[in-house]
Amino acid sequence: MNSVIKGASYVLAHTPEMVINNGTTQTTERVVNPDSEYLKELRGHLRSYEDCVNYWPNQVYIGNAHPDELAKVEFPYYDKPKADSERYGKYGEIMPEAEFILLAQACDMFEVIELDKEFVAAHKDAFAADPVITEDIVAKVVEGVELSEVEHFVNDEHAEGLYFEGKLVGCVKRAHDIDSNLSAHVMHENIMSKASSVLALLYAVRNTGIDKEDVEYVIDCAEEACGDMNQRGGGNFAKAAAEVAGLMKATGSDSRGFCAGPAHALIEAAALVKSGAYKCVAVTAGGCTAKLGMNGKDHVKKGLPILEDCLAGFCVIIAENDGVSPEINLDILGRHTVGTGSAPQNVIGSLVADPLERVDMKITDIDKFSPEMQNPDITKPAGAGDVPLANYKMIAALAVKRGEIDKAAMKTFPEEHGLTGWAPTQGHIPSGVPYIGFAREDILEGKIRNAMIIGKGSLFLGRMTNLFDGVSFVIQANTGAEDNSGVSEEEVKGLIAKAMKDFAASMMAE
Amino acid sequence: MDLENQKRVKEFAEQYGAENVVVVVGAAEGEAAGLAAETVTAGDPTFAGPLTGVQLGLTTYHVCEPELKKEFDEAVYDEQVGMMEMVLDVDDIVDEMSSIRDEYCKYL
Repeated sequence: MNSVIKGASYVLAHTPEMVINNGTTQTTERVVNPDSEYLKELRGHLRSYEDCVNYWPNQVYIGNAHPDELAKVEFPYYDKPKADSERYGKYGEIMPEAEFILLAQACDMFEVIELDKEFVAAHKDAFAADPVITEDIVAKVVEGVELSEVEHFVNDEHAEGLYFEGKLVGCVKRAHDIDSNLSAHVMHENIMSKASSVLALLYAVRNTGIDKEDVEYVIDCAEEACGDMNQRGGGNFAKAAAEVAGLMKATGSDSRGFCAGPAHALIEAAALVKSGAYKCVAVTAGGCTAKLGMNGKDHVKKGLPILEDCLAGFCVIIAENDGVSPEINLDILGRHTVGTGSAPQNVIGSLVADPLERVDMKITDIDKFSPEMQNPDITKPAGAGDVPLANYKMIAALAVKRGEIDKAAMKTFPEEHGLTGWAPTQGHIPSGVPYIGFAREDILEGKIRNAMIIGKGSLFLGRMTNLFDGVSFVIQANTGAEDNSGVSEEEVKGLIAKAMKDFAASMMAE
Repeated sequence: MDLENQKRVKEFAEQYGAENVVVVVGAAEGEAAGLAAETVTAGDPTFAGPLTGVQLGLTTYHVCEPELKKEFDEAVYDEQVGMMEMVLDVDDIVDEMSSIRDEYCKYL
């Protein structure tokens, strides 16, 4: 039987100070152009927490509005706050920076985070009031130290500062004196990824209504690497996050594939469950501090706020077929292989047309496609266009080339088979997966029959290969818990008819 | 333009002579194509990469521009670029690329 999508979570942490101190666009600028106008103007373009919460795409991300509603909002979105916005949504929440720093400390197992004790005292109650933050997690937050001690680590010991509202409130120390893989910078990046993954795991358990002990395996599919100088990327963010989230019966491992990572991981999870190896698998990913403010220069130049001010996380729970939840159909897998080639035509062909053709389906048989779901509010001012729309145009053009639709239908294809992008540009985060939560509901409500999730990855970034990458899979309505591995009555009839025909043909030949 | 790509373009120009290099751009937007063209002609407009302040003036075309399209075998072009040609705003790309070429190209 196919495994099912039991539920999903989507979380954000508003981290404007990390935009300034940890986003690579900004850290690079400080090296190359320390006196630049951009760095001077940057702080004035940071959004308040309220503005971040009231931002339409963020409300869609955490599940307080459907992407179809966003499609009706006049573009651009940044100057049109959503009325009745809330911190909490049905999929997750938008955590304020102070509370997120406390969560980061709760995720620190090696005492590398030191916080100012006044800061801890001021925000601990708010942190404890979060509905998914359990007492055992709150208990991991230590009382804190004098600010002078934090200053000492930042000024004399190469620690990365942690800031709140422009003030130093803590630091991430290096975890080794000379190992660059355990430097303060790397520890900061990894702990923030882990913390956002923990938050996603906690919401996924809540949203699906399963017990924490039901989760047997966790796959982390973010883009960070943890390990020391002898095993850079040795890993297991998955198990580390599962520990803090309290998934005591779970083991896990990390799976990587740049932006395509989540789609790869979900196929692996669906296969693990279908095979019977594990009954319940959580696919999780935290956010990426390096990508904060990635397009900040263009946003500031055009007078926009810094829109990439949130770390994002997501988690999807894959479980045994319950006869109700939508399934992942492993018979329809798109795969960009080593031999596929990197022209967009080959890429879209291998991910969209080929897997459908193998099961006699057309492109138009898929109700919704979820490719790269980047928020166009972020990408358009940066000259990268509307990424989801570009994907839909490519899929439509392919359908025209294959004679499945008329050229005139290319215009309406994006609206009929597509979605408006809402996901933060955190690499792996927008890659296909943001729609899974909504897809599950849309299928259960009968709004759509199926959806194709497409993950694509740019492998050249690692300088190991120039190959492109991508995989895709289809989510479909539950087939009523019938045994998909067996042969249906119709198929048996077909087989008998074919055998009789062949027999008759061989008789005639004789 | 990616800093590493800027470095490679600069090295190719030094190795083969700027007059012998043509930079083929594949960006999906006119603005992005124009930025890449500007980088290899007038220098990096973001002041971040190795081409900052370096006016190479290289010849540059987008793969969808007619001058470049006619250089290809038709079947290969259709297989590799045909779909994208249907999708892209080719007129906008041609406008952006031509204005950069007219202003900064040294070898046309």
